[in-house]
Amino acid sequence: MASNILIQLTITGLAWGSVYACIALGFVLIFKATDIFNFAQPELMMLGAYLTFAFITVLKLPFIWAFLAALVLMALITALLEMLVVRPLVGEPVLSVIMVTLGLANVIRGMTGLVWGYEEHQFPAPFPKDPLTIFGVAINQAEIYTIVATVILLVGFFLFFKYSQSGISMRATAEDTSAAFLMGINVKGVFTASWVIASLVATVAGVFMASLTYLDPIMSHTGLKALPALILGGLDSVHGAILGGLIIGVAENLAGFYLADYLGSGINEITAYVLVLIVMMIRPYGLFGTKEIERV
Amino acid sequence: MAVTRFTIRSYAQDLRIFPSPAARISLVLLGALLLTFPLFMGSYGVFVACICGVSIISALGLNLLTGCTGLLSMGHAAFMGIGAYTAAILAARTGLPLIATLPLAGLAAALAGLIVGVPALRLKGLYLVVTTLAFQFIVEHVIYHWESLTQSDKGIALPSPDLFGFPLNSYQSYYYVILALAVAAAVFTKNLLMSRTGRAFVAIRDRDIAAEIIGIHMAKYKIMSFAISSFMAGVAGALYAYLLHLISPDHFTFNQSILYIAMIIVGGMGTVLGSILGAVFMVLLPEAINAVSGPLVSAYPDLAPRIGGLSVMVYGLIIIFFLLFEPLGLFGIWIRIKRYWKTWPYTY
Repeated sequence: MASNILIQLTITGLAWGSVYACIALGFVLIFKATDIFNFAQPELMMLGAYLTFAFITVLKLPFIWAFLAALVLMALITALLEMLVVRPLVGEPVLSVIMVTLGLANVIRGMTGLVWGYEEHQFPAPFPKDPLTIFGVAINQAEIYTIVATVILLVGFFLFFKYSQSGISMRATAEDTSAAFLMGINVKGVFTASWVIASLVATVAGVFMASLTYLDPIMSHTGLKALPALILGGLDSVHGAILGGLIIGVAENLAGFYLADYLGSGINEITAYVLVLIVMMIRPYGLFGTKEIERV
Repeated sequence: MAVTRFTIRSYAQDLRIFPSPAARISLVLLGALLLTFPLFMGSYGVFVACICGVSIISALGLNLLTGCTGLLSMGHAAFMGIGAYTAAILAARTGLPLIATLPLAGLAAALAGLIVGVPALRLKGLYLVVTTLAFQFIVEHVIYHWESLTQSDKGIALPSPDLFGFPLNSYQSYYYVILALAVAAAVFTKNLLMSRTGRAFVAIRDRDIAAEIIGIHMAKYKIMSFAISSFMAGVAGALYAYLLHLISPDHFTFNQSILYIAMIIVGGMGTVLGSILGAVFMVLLPEAINAVSGPLVSAYPDLAPRIGGLSVMVYGLIIIFFLLFEPLGLFGIWIRIKRYWKTWPYTY
C-alpha cells in the first residue's frame, strides 16, 4: 500500500516536474539565444492557458483547434512584445532587462486578472477523467499524457537543435552572436524566434498545468517555481533545466506527503525554494551550469 | 540671466551635500513645508505621508543594496517583514517601547541580511536573484505557518507607539517621528555614498573583481551592504507595523518586493534623491489608480472583483515605460530639468 502511494506521488511529481521543465526550457531557450532572463515566462504560460480556455468557451472550438489557435496567437503576441519592449534594451545592463521582463510579467498578470477575473475555472481538458490502473496503482490519466507529451516535445527539441538548419543557427547565435551575424544568420530573427518558441513551450506547459489543477491566476505563482528548477539545473543548460524541473516536481510531491506531519502543511510550496538554496550553497552555478569566466 | 554664477571653489565646498545657496534655500523651504505639513493636510493626507516616509527608508535601503552595490535583491519585503514582526511581537508580548523595538527590529533584519549575505558571496547575477527570491518565499512561508509566534492570518495587533512616555496616538504626532527617521536615513545614506564605503560599493557594482584587485575587500563590503540595507528595511518594517497597528503575512509578499524594486527603478537607481522620488511616486500611484478605478467600477459594476488587476498592470507599465524611455528614472528627469534651467538659453 505504501509503495502504491509512493508510485502515485512519483508519477504526479514527474507530471508536475514536466510542466516545470517546459517552463524552465522556455527560460533557457531565451537565455541561451539572447542572454536575457525572461521573468515573464510564468505569465506567458498562464496567458497561453487562458487563451486556450477562451477559445474553447467563447468560440466553442474543439480542444485541438483552440489549442492551435492559442499557439498562433501567443506566437504573435510574443513576437510583438519582443520587438517592442525587449529589442530596444539590447545592450543595456542586465538589471534593466530583468526589470523590463518583470514589468512585462506584471502587465500580463494584471491584464489576465482584469479580463478573466480571479476565480478559478475548470479547464476543459481532453484527457479522460477516470484513472488508469497499472499494476494495481491508480494513476491520473492527465499526468500520463503530460509526461508523455513533454518527452515527445523534448525529443523533438533535441532533434530540432541538432539537425535542422534553424536549430543550428539558433545554437550558433547563442554561442557567439557576432560570429553568427557575420556568417549571415539573421540574428534579429533568431532572437524573435527564440522568444516565440519559448512562449509556445510555455503555452503547452500552461495547458497541462491547467489540466492537472484549475485555471487560476495563481498559476503564474506556481509557474514561478520553474525558476528554482532552472537555477538548480544551471542557467544555460537545457538538460539541467529539464532535470531540475523533474527533481523539483518529484521532491515537492514527496515532501508534501511524507514531511507534512513534521513540518506542517504547505511544505510542498517551499520545497522548491529550500532545494535551490541548498544546491546554491554546494554548487553556485547549478548542477550543470557553466561557470562564468569573468574577464576584468 | 538664467545662467547661474555659482561655481565650486574649494574641495571642502565640493564635499558638502548642499553646496550652493540655491540648494540651501530650497532645503529650508522644503523643511518648512514638511514640518507644517500636518497643519494643513487632513488625517488621511498625513497617513499617506507616513506611508511615504516608511517607503523612503525602505527604498533607501534597497537602493544601497541594488542600485549602489549591484546586488539585485527580490527579498526586500521579507526583510521588512522580519523587522515588522520582531517589533510587533516585542511590543505586543513584552511591552517594550518604540525606542527599543525599532533598533531591535533593525538588528533582527540585519541578522537575516547576514544570513543571506554570507552564502550569497559566491553567487553571481541571476543565481543571486533567484536565491533572494527563494529567501523571500521561505520567509513568507515561515511567517505564515509559525502560528505560535506570528498568529498567521489573524495578524498581530500592536499597541500605540510612545516616545519616552509621550503617546503617539495620532497620525500627526507619529508623522514627526517618521519624518525625523526618514531625514536621518537620507542623510546617512548620502554621507555613506560619499564616503570610502560608498565608493567601495559602487566599485563592486561596476566591476567586482577589479575592485578586489585594487584592494577593496569584496566580502566585507558585500556583507556590509546586505546588513545595512536589511537594517533599514527592518526599521521601515517596524515603523510600518506601528503605523498600521495590525500586521499580517500578506503585507510582506513578493509583490511588495517588486513594488520596492519598482520604486528604485522609477526613482533612479543608486541615488538618494531617486529613492525618495521613487518612493513618493509609487505610494501616490495607488491613490491615482483608485481615482480612476472608482468611477470605472461604478460604471461597470461587474469589473469590481477584477479591478485589482488594473493596479498590477499599471505597475508593470510604469516599470516598462521608465526603463524604455528614462532609464535614470525620475532622478534623470530632475537632472534634465535642472540642466535645462541652468544652461538656458543655451541648449547644449
